[in-house]
Amino acid sequence: MEANFIYLDNSATTKPSDQVLESFTKASAQYFGNASSIHGIGMDADRLLRKSREQAASLLQVSPNEIVFTSGGTEGNNIAIKGIALEHQNRGKHIITSTIEHPSVLEACQGLEALGFDVTYLDVDESGLVDVSSVKAAMRDDTILVSIMHVNNEIGSVQPIKQIGEIVANYPKAFFHVDHVQGFGKLPLNLDECHIDLCTISGHKIHGLKGTGILFVKHNVKLFSLAHGGGQERKIRSGTENVAGIVALVKAMRLALESQDEVNAKLTSLKHILMEQLQSTEGIVINTPEQSAPHIINFSAPGLKPEVVIHALEEFGIYISTKSACSSKSADESAVLIACGKERAVAISGLRVSMSKETTREEIEYFSQQLQEVTEKLREVMR
Amino acid sequence: MEYDHIVIRYGELTLKGRNRKIFTTQLAKNVRQALKDFPAIKVEKLRDRMYIVLNGEDPDAIMERCRKIFGIQSMSVALKVENDVEVIKESALKLLTEAENVRTFKVSTKRSNKEFPLDSQQFNQVLGGHLLANTDDFTVDVHHPDLEVSVDLRDEATYITTKKIFGAAGLPVGSSGRALLLLSGGIDSPVAGFMTMKRGVQLEAIHFHSPPYTSERAKEKVLDLAEKLSFYGNSVRVHVVPFTALQQKIHREIPNGYSMTVMRRMMMRISEAVAKKEGILSLVTGESLGQVASQTMESMHAINAVTNYPVIRPLVAMNKDEIIRISKEIDMYEISIRPFEDCCTVFVPKQPKTKPKLEKVEQFEANMEFEQDIQDILDNIETVVVEAKDKQDEDMDDLL
Repeated sequence: MEANFIYLDNSATTKPSDQVLESFTKASAQYFGNASSIHGIGMDADRLLRKSREQAASLLQVSPNEIVFTSGGTEGNNIAIKGIALEHQNRGKHIITSTIEHPSVLEACQGLEALGFDVTYLDVDESGLVDVSSVKAAMRDDTILVSIMHVNNEIGSVQPIKQIGEIVANYPKAFFHVDHVQGFGKLPLNLDECHIDLCTISGHKIHGLKGTGILFVKHNVKLFSLAHGGGQERKIRSGTENVAGIVALVKAMRLALESQDEVNAKLTSLKHILMEQLQSTEGIVINTPEQSAPHIINFSAPGLKPEVVIHALEEFGIYISTKSACSSKSADESAVLIACGKERAVAISGLRVSMSKETTREEIEYFSQQLQEVTEKLREVMR
Repeated sequence: MEYDHIVIRYGELTLKGRNRKIFTTQLAKNVRQALKDFPAIKVEKLRDRMYIVLNGEDPDAIMERCRKIFGIQSMSVALKVENDVEVIKESALKLLTEAENVRTFKVSTKRSNKEFPLDSQQFNQVLGGHLLANTDDFTVDVHHPDLEVSVDLRDEATYITTKKIFGAAGLPVGSSGRALLLLSGGIDSPVAGFMTMKRGVQLEAIHFHSPPYTSERAKEKVLDLAEKLSFYGNSVRVHVVPFTALQQKIHREIPNGYSMTVMRRMMMRISEAVAKKEGILSLVTGESLGQVASQTMESMHAINAVTNYPVIRPLVAMNKDEIIRISKEIDMYEISIRPFEDCCTVFVPKQPKTKPKLEKVEQFEANMEFEQDIQDILDNIETVVVEAKDKQDEDMDDLL
């Protein structure tokens, strides 16, 4: 398999690491019990679950009862947003988020609007950044939730989470949720210093497995449950615990954090190399801002259909994506690029390269060389 | 410049007279035992303090581990240098400029080496002046410095120390003999164990297990609590008592209101027998006066009557919220509140006597044959040695 293809769609999902898979199979075979069963086999699973929770907590520098295991980013975001809204609607019905959030945040907010909640969608500037003063201006007495992502999944912009957190902290009725799915393992985020009440993390974006994730829920935060039942996970998310998946997730988290600095440095230098090469490629417009996460580079080839470019690159074994996989099925333009004020020709031709710790310089150079040839050829055809 | 030592200060131990050596020797032993995962270190025990020679090991991790060792008043990281004014000045300057997040400092000198040419006041001025003259953005703050640079001028060498943190205080575990803790799995008994260890006691624990009325999880909970306690000593032996048969017998033969009192007396008898066999001289319980039916003055009197052994009750005068606060501080609370029944709650009568009469209890017991039951129990006790880490733990750690 290796060297036969170049995978540059790591913001859609990553390849599970061998160590993670090994832990998953071992845990599945040896600790298959239901952690809620009271016999010995259940007990061992429960013990492993407890240790996993402790390790996850120490990695995030929080306490174990603040870890809620979920099935991933979409579920985490939904539990956080709807859970706060339904539990605390007596305090107020106003929610603040941004226009470039992941669909699992935006759609959840729109769903709540249909139930009578009032949502403010903050605009972003051309770099995809939320203006801190606009958060301040939007805060009201009836604001119960501010939900802002750390790293944007399409263009890689990094929001000023700490400053936003400091503003929200002045409003005791409002909670602060951060979608950290794209940021975890790439950029550090101190939950305590940023005054974060809820934080979503997903396993399969960090070389873990699909169907695993964490929602950090600060100890004093109450949520309305979206899954009532056996009372697992602080009664926030009932359902038999996916112990082996959780083990895999926590292992992936540890590996990601241990190599975070090194991976960040490596990807930052690869990003600069690629950005320079893209700048000198004719007909390419770079959408990712200069200051951004190390692993995402978004650019457009105005005049070319992005699907065509992607399939043309696939011929060379190179895999990249248009916008994000989660919104690829919706109409042609990227809402994120539109929100950043890009013109329509740019917004409908967005392409995304997303790297992982395994990406090499050779791969990036091969990619940019092939991109140049592919776009040149396609433009000839178009003429 | 890297710190090469940790200084450990004794506190209360220095009040000891001719016996001091017993305490400091025990402390050195405990420190070595607790730090066995740091093989490169060396422990040097002096009369008035202890040094850990780091030999490259991580001082922060070592200090964190040492915070759970009783008998340590405070600790600092230290750099050992020769008794030379210039060398001390240069080393202190390096330590100051390399420290993170430090803008203000203070110098404090202690001179036990009377040969040293400057006295402590003079040296404070010399060193403070040198540090200020050779840096740009540091200022002196004698009240709340970010970094206190302490210079200890001793006969054999000079130690420059910073980052002082307080230890767990108390007496080194092992210096006050051994005691047997009645460990139920609730909130109180582990706190009582902790407080007893703080006075230098090496703990063993006894747990009454009534399968199938109490689950394996209740037992596991107790072992987890014992593991937490073992961090304050070296290891904790837990004697797990098979209590089912005797409990059923009490339930059958003793009138309802008195069954709890009799059960407690049986626990005391068994505990005393185990203590006697193990050469342990006292029992420890988590009782707090007036908390539940078995902890009224009358109950304590009736229950205590079966033993001549000292029963240490560290929590007797404490309120529940104080006990919970300590339980949380020592990281036991989350384990204690796991919802598994222990043997005390399984057969609990609806209306236990809060004022049992000793004569009545004795009368009821006289009609019950129990000597053989106790002997059977003693023959079948399972003793588990709980250390800070066990085998399954290591397997699980590998997975994670």
